Amino acid sequence: MSTDRYSIFSVLREALRGHTGWKPAWRSPDPKPSYDVVIVGGGGHGLATAHYLAKTYGVRNVAVLEKGWIGGGNVGRNTTIVRSNYLLAGNIPFYEHSMKLWEGLEQDLNYNAMVSQRGVVNLFHSDGQRDAYVRRGTAMRMHGVDSELLDVAELKRILPMLDFDNARFPIKGALRQKRGGTVRHDAVAWGYARSADGFGVDIIQNCEVTGFRIEDGRIKGVETSRGFIGAGKVGLSTAGNSSRVAAMAGMRLPIESHVLQAFVSEGIKPFIDTVCTFGAGHFYISQSDKGGLVFGGDIDGYNSYAQRGNLPTVEDVCEGGMAVMPQIGRVRMLRSWGGIMDMSMDGSPIIDATPVQGLYLNAGWCYGGFKATPAAGDCFAHLIARDAPHPVAAAYRLDRFATGRLIDEKGVGAQPNLH
Amino acid sequence: MRIACPHCGPRGVDEFSYLGDATLTRPASDAPEAAFADYVYFRDNPAGEHRELWQHASGCQSWLVVTRDTRTHAISQVEAARDVALARSKGAA
Repeated sequence: MSTDRYSIFSVLREALRGHTGWKPAWRSPDPKPSYDVVIVGGGGHGLATAHYLAKTYGVRNVAVLEKGWIGGGNVGRNTTIVRSNYLLAGNIPFYEHSMKLWEGLEQDLNYNAMVSQRGVVNLFHSDGQRDAYVRRGTAMRMHGVDSELLDVAELKRILPMLDFDNARFPIKGALRQKRGGTVRHDAVAWGYARSADGFGVDIIQNCEVTGFRIEDGRIKGVETSRGFIGAGKVGLSTAGNSSRVAAMAGMRLPIESHVLQAFVSEGIKPFIDTVCTFGAGHFYISQSDKGGLVFGGDIDGYNSYAQRGNLPTVEDVCEGGMAVMPQIGRVRMLRSWGGIMDMSMDGSPIIDATPVQGLYLNAGWCYGGFKATPAAGDCFAHLIARDAPHPVAAAYRLDRFATGRLIDEKGVGAQPNLH
Repeated sequence: MRIACPHCGPRGVDEFSYLGDATLTRPASDAPEAAFADYVYFRDNPAGEHRELWQHASGCQSWLVVTRDTRTHAISQVEAARDVALARSKGAA
């Protein structure tokens, strides 16, 4: 490995040397003429794919091409929540695989990603919603995932600040996954980048893919803003822009791009030590280690590549927050931002080969891509290296929209802005 | 974002609900299954000009075809969906 190993000893050594000995966490190489595998997209998923390709599957002649800079896309634009509290059989094993990889991530990467298993608490407000959460919690436990149903007394102990007796949305209890929590999102990108680089993967920033070279139905390489780069295999990991990139290879996807906004407040003293979601609207909140309340809600609901949203959604998210914890109305909002989501037609992702030989697709993450980062990387690397789907991602097929084997967690049909 | 409803004038986007791509055409009832899968699930999803269906749900309830740039949210044209459909059927006839 070309990078130094981080440890208490390296910190002490550098403290004594005035921190003059740290090396860059990854190199900035010029692209080679060709690679065994080229990953398009240097987000969390692309970097994780490179890491697992090199470490788990032994494929090390790999480049990751990023049109901007590492950490500048959706991996730096989410609310950092990780969880595996899914309902459907096609989803639970995948997200649990991801949860387990999160649990060992820092040791695996030798990088502090601030993995914090502070728990995820989903509130419910009606008998019907309680039934739905009992069902979900039971499905999780049947797949070996932890879940517990909390009554109001227990919930009052954990989250005393909630507006339990709200006239319109009284809180009746919650489903909790204790192993869920948050992970520092930028550190995930940096940690995977550093690890992949250490195995010899070239991470090439400011290199935009402008086309694909396909001969006799087989991928030969990618045209980029830095010239042609040959490739035995190419993996697309460009969620948000998947349709645009796939169109360059002549493919049309079951995806619409939508904008999702997120928000952070000014820093305050410790207020909430778990992740909490409002069940009657769409609102989720946690507190960062700097003290800011990090929260979000629904997507804006119309096709967008703008990376910024509109005020009605801001208002809707804040109303959701006020309905569940009214005291946050006293806190000022510091920043808001938008990220572009691949909203798939059934709300579930795609990790599959494409009709072009040697071209693979990792897309359609809706707004659940961050928590999936390690498993998506592992499963995509498995698919690329072995030409066979990873067992936990076998349901994420591109052809399921034609065969009817949809994975519609929310049950709303082919309406991307409702997932 | 404000949408200029041809019946009600410019209104905030929160009065409208969104359906999606307005350029899709339902296949004939005897078309192959693949054509229906394509119609229901697959989209061009362009970055740029997009013709899309909105309903003025909290207003006059009419359906509209809005032409909007998905990179900037700038709206260049709003038409009554009925007029668009009539023009399309005349073109086909």
